Amino acid sequence: MNTETETSASERAPPASNGRRVVILGALSAIAVATARIYAGEGARLLLVARNGERLDRIAADLRARGAASVDTAAIDLASEAANARQHLSGWVKTIGGIDHALLFYGYLGDQSAAQTDPEELSRILAVNFTSAAQWSEAIAAHYRKQDRGALVVISSVAGDRGRQSNYAYGAAKGGISLFIQGLAHSLAPTGAHATAIKLGFVDTPMTDGMDKSGPLWATPAQVAPMIHKAAEKGGPFHYGPWFWRWIMLIIRSVPAFIMHRTKL
Amino acid sequence: MPPDQNQLFQPTEKLVSWGRVVRAPHRLAKPGHPDELAPLIESLTPEEPGLAIGLRRSYGDSNLNPNGAVIDMTGLDAMIAFDRDSGLMRAEAGVSLSQCLQVLVPSGWFLPTTPGSRFVTLGGAVANDVHGKNHHSAGTFGASVTRLGLRRSDSEPQTLERGDPLFHATIGGLGLTGVIEWVEFQAVRIPSAYLDAEDISFANVNDYFELMKERGASFEHTMAWIDCLAGGDQLGRGVLSLANWSEKGGLKPHREDPRLAVPFNAPGFALNTASVKAFNTAYNALKKTREGASHPHYEPFLYPLDSIANWNRMYGSKGFFQYQSVIPPDAAQDVTVDMLQAIAASGQGSFLAVIKTFGSAEPVGLLSFPMEGVTLALDFPNKGETTQNLMRRLDDIVTAAGGRLYPAKDGRISAETFKAGYPQWEGFNQFVDPVLSSGFWRRVTQ
Repeated sequence: MNTETETSASERAPPASNGRRVVILGALSAIAVATARIYAGEGARLLLVARNGERLDRIAADLRARGAASVDTAAIDLASEAANARQHLSGWVKTIGGIDHALLFYGYLGDQSAAQTDPEELSRILAVNFTSAAQWSEAIAAHYRKQDRGALVVISSVAGDRGRQSNYAYGAAKGGISLFIQGLAHSLAPTGAHATAIKLGFVDTPMTDGMDKSGPLWATPAQVAPMIHKAAEKGGPFHYGPWFWRWIMLIIRSVPAFIMHRTKL
Repeated sequence: MPPDQNQLFQPTEKLVSWGRVVRAPHRLAKPGHPDELAPLIESLTPEEPGLAIGLRRSYGDSNLNPNGAVIDMTGLDAMIAFDRDSGLMRAEAGVSLSQCLQVLVPSGWFLPTTPGSRFVTLGGAVANDVHGKNHHSAGTFGASVTRLGLRRSDSEPQTLERGDPLFHATIGGLGLTGVIEWVEFQAVRIPSAYLDAEDISFANVNDYFELMKERGASFEHTMAWIDCLAGGDQLGRGVLSLANWSEKGGLKPHREDPRLAVPFNAPGFALNTASVKAFNTAYNALKKTREGASHPHYEPFLYPLDSIANWNRMYGSKGFFQYQSVIPPDAAQDVTVDMLQAIAASGQGSFLAVIKTFGSAEPVGLLSFPMEGVTLALDFPNKGETTQNLMRRLDDIVTAAGGRLYPAKDGRISAETFKAGYPQWEGFNQFVDPVLSSGFWRRVTQ
């Protein structure tokens, strides 16, 4: 693990410092960056986790300039390190003094047609999006149970609401993690902690490059970030982002199979 | 062998500039991390040059590279450092002025100067050496730039400082001297996010010049709005807006999202002469009722149109032209009258006409537009040849008076008009990176 602690002394504390301690898993995703910027503006203490240390340093500098009270980074592979989640978390708790919010952004879209022929690809899609995310979530929940408070937000997808031929491997993993978080939220109910899955629709990020991004359903990271930030505050087992996906997915879930099977969705 | 452009850039038909007149296919790449920039630049060649672009608020073709490659810099939008004690801010070129303000304002700092839109990147602000309502006191944006990160095809990435000839070629250099990677500038202190403003109406353009002589010098921000359709005694009637930063009101930044949007192109009839006239008369009446002192937040005062997303679609599917000229001080009053007469006679309504007196600060950039004198900015809906004829008539008036036009607003001037206004262009040309070009640059240097 490569944890870096560096706060420029010349940077005065920002005007509003709420001192909230936030761990961001998959901190290089465009949606994570947009969300972290909201926390930075509030003067939070941030710990960013992703694979590429150099790229993390860039985002850390950005968040310091935007007002974060402190920014630390840990360059690890979240998917392969999920089995050691508890050890990593206890190290990070020492670094930033505790965890108030934890947000999990990383994911792997993968290639559905490759997954149908290549067991490695199928396994990777399921392991990154479901297994590793569940392991990190459980480790964070364990920490929250001890302190009787804390918020966990996991970025899921509307793709998990109904299996469709175009992306059912990714969809199944995301549907699985949504269900997992629903159960985790139930198990945390007696404590003061909460867990939330956010089912995002189409968001214009590098992950979705190559798709046709015209049309009214596409949102920007800056548009969904305030919703994620608010969900971390308020809790609730599910949120759709943006809101209209709730109704779109209600319709898609209701389409009978004999009609669905005639589409290319 | 340079990397293959076709693998790094995606074809698109949808790229337009703010005026929405120029339509052409492009190849587009949008790096999300600075380490993705080098291979993109390496793939460019003098035969297939590219251009770095930002939020595309330039109106014509200075931010387009028709049939060529463009690098969308808005994904490189990280702040690098901000010192809340000294006000020195350093950020990647794709950071918008709007995002800078979100960080600056709560700490009691502001942009040294700002154009009428905050949806402009730092790279664009440098490449066009943008100006604002405080030009007479602050100069252009380039005047506050302390250092620049520039990446050229023929050298390692370099840090440029004031005094370096390449620094001054890059300020106002239309993105042609290299890809601007980051910008460092000195912010200015503000006591609050509010202004003490005053609106004074004037009966004609000569009264504007009188008013500016009397009142202009005691205000940091000045600009006037002109009704271009009124003729005779009322030629150039309008409202002068004056303001200084207020001591009162607190340091709350603006709301980032626009509240209103124009989601599609307005039908062609929406902006005919009658409706522009009605709009101008109504606006004039509205401004008159508000005449006197007010205490606005900077957002409506400095960025009145940013609250309506895609306001440019109001001009319909054919788009519109923006025409911005500057005339040297001695001739300014007479020439402005000539221009307004030509516009009034043509009956081509200008939806928005803005007049502003520039200060005497020496231009920082080799190719900077602002110079001492009076600038007039006009919008003309695209009505084809009749609009082109009017603008050519105005070109003649401007060139004869020793004035020039603003490349960021232009998509049509002739090479002769450009070269007459910018005789220093040949000196600038030696700084142009051979793998960079734009529609504008090819047109005006042919």
